[in-house]
Amino acid sequence: MEELVFTRPRYIKKAPFHYCPGCGHSIIHRLVAEVIEELGIGEKTIGVPPAGCAVLAYDYFDVDMGEAPHGRGPALATGIKRILPDRIVFSYQGDGDIAAIGTSETIHTANRGENITVIFVNNNCYGMTGGQMAPTTLLGQNSTTTPGGRDENRDGPPIDLSEMLALVRGTVYIERTAVNSIRNIRNTKKAITKAFKAQIAGLGFSLVEILSPCPTNWKMSSTDSCRWIDESVMQTFPLKVIKDEIG
Amino acid sequence: MDKKLLMRGSQVIGEAAIRAGCRFYAGYPITPQNEIPEFMSGAMADLEGGTFIQAESEIAAINMVIGASMAGARAMTSSSSPGISLKQEGISFLAALELPAVIVNVMRGGPGLGNIAPSQGDYFQATRGGGHGDYRSIVLAPAHGQELADLTRKAFEYADRYRTPVMILADGMMGQMMEPVVFPDPINLDELPPKPWVLDGAQGRPSRIIKSLILDTVEMEEHNWKLDRKYKIISGEIPHAETYMTEDAKLVVVAYGTAARIARGGIKRAREMGLKVGLLRPVTLWPFPDRAIREMSRLVKDFMVFEMNTGQMIDDVRLSLEGRSNVHFYGRPGGIVSTPDEIGKAISSLYYRQHLKED
Amino acid sequence: MKPKKGRIVIDSRLCKGCYLCVSVCPNECIGISEESNEKGYHPAKVIGTKDANDRACTGCTLCAVICPDIAIEVYRG
Repeated sequence: MEELVFTRPRYIKKAPFHYCPGCGHSIIHRLVAEVIEELGIGEKTIGVPPAGCAVLAYDYFDVDMGEAPHGRGPALATGIKRILPDRIVFSYQGDGDIAAIGTSETIHTANRGENITVIFVNNNCYGMTGGQMAPTTLLGQNSTTTPGGRDENRDGPPIDLSEMLALVRGTVYIERTAVNSIRNIRNTKKAITKAFKAQIAGLGFSLVEILSPCPTNWKMSSTDSCRWIDESVMQTFPLKVIKDEIG
Repeated sequence: MDKKLLMRGSQVIGEAAIRAGCRFYAGYPITPQNEIPEFMSGAMADLEGGTFIQAESEIAAINMVIGASMAGARAMTSSSSPGISLKQEGISFLAALELPAVIVNVMRGGPGLGNIAPSQGDYFQATRGGGHGDYRSIVLAPAHGQELADLTRKAFEYADRYRTPVMILADGMMGQMMEPVVFPDPINLDELPPKPWVLDGAQGRPSRIIKSLILDTVEMEEHNWKLDRKYKIISGEIPHAETYMTEDAKLVVVAYGTAARIARGGIKRAREMGLKVGLLRPVTLWPFPDRAIREMSRLVKDFMVFEMNTGQMIDDVRLSLEGRSNVHFYGRPGGIVSTPDEIGKAISSLYYRQHLKED
Repeated sequence: MKPKKGRIVIDSRLCKGCYLCVSVCPNECIGISEESNEKGYHPAKVIGTKDANDRACTGCTLCAVICPDIAIEVYRG
């Protein structure tokens, strides 16, 4: 008897993704949705999508979704969670959203130990706007606003937001993962599971930073993008559990 | 409950908000409105299900309010002029997302850091939407302690009824002044109409989306028209103005908030001199009570707009009158609070200049 | 031990031709279609024939796990 062993998760709508070929966003969407399904929290989860490519996440996640202004996801999620403390609230944010325009909201939401989960998608560029320099663009990496590559003297170095957040007392779990290989995708799912479980247990602020390919703006093929994460991005943003107070 | 209490204006707003069912407040310190977050911190702590957050910024505060509103709470933030500028993006989102919320602006002198003295420099930023895009916010302008209480109650009602942000436009004078107030009874939250749009988890129902990104231009246009239809309904239902001694008036002063109180004093003095002067006080600044002013123009040919700025509401008075009467202006910006004597003199000077005494 | 028998179904309308599935399939069961789909991509397609080493789909799900577009369903048994 043949058995269906892999299909669309319950909490991803049957809509084609608008993302470019090889984009990591939709892999991450799927992983989050799988975790929501496996933890049985689909009917009490509220998601907060960002500004950027993933703003349309509300078209894909089949859970309640409330849009936030650019960078304000954690503040908005705070408002939801404080009113509905028994619901599961996650914000989904890109690197520009969380580590540039929304740095303040991110740090202070973490510092208050808000019991929410943040999915931080790091693709080293502003994707939606056409590939400008992001706070996480690598030194030497080309972007539409760093002709000749990011220069430390001119542009500053890439920012290690997750490491910064680990210093903040309200955070309980921070891990950096990637979706550029089967193994990393599986680890990412484990990390997302752990982050949501931390929230379910009421432990405090959890965040998973996920290195994600952006073949369009990197101007690489999908497979080259995955390789580039291994060879270059991880040199600056190594995969690791940055903080784990869950045990 | 009809007990008269002597309270500071800022605290009146806080107490009235709690009685109106406000269960979420986020704010950031800025003078002259710090008594509101201070009051709310204590009041929310004493309240079952109440949340107070001292936010890291004005921007965070308004976005927390957006989240609380999405989750179904009656939510409020407060600030003063520069802080309201920072909140404007969030207010635009509230309007676009059709979320109820109450924003209190205790105005101070500006532009820039300005000063902390009472001013009405934010009329434009309040009534013109203030943030980006094609929207309006309801703007209520209390003039005394009792009205701070009554309009705060109304602000929450309007916000819920029309699913739109409502601004209470006060100033430092009103925030600091202690006046006797009778509060309305607290509402019963369970008796409020259900909100069939809130995000509280899709249990036994399809999932919901609250969003303002509408890439399709035809859909975006329709959303704009939908908001516009709502604004037209609001404009038909809630404009409100109060009059004082206008029955036989040849000159009518138009002023709101603290300026209106000062104007009353000036009008009393002018009346003592035998001048037929009255006051029209807009209580709603948006929607502007244009009909009340236009109707008055049948008998009154001279209006004197008095504002604590260099002339902002005067535009709305002119638009209301459509050229039917003369519109004059007297204003003091920068946090100067005119005395009733000063206004009395400005009134009589204008009265004689326009030869109204001779008619 | 008898190798597991698997089968994948690629929804060619959802495929955007990133070919990450092709790159991860251990048994080279996935190829590229010569025809384009309505989006203009040449979608991935199942290569039905076994190669010289007699390798075939085992239903390992790797292609589906890496597919950014949830275009692949996997059956086993």
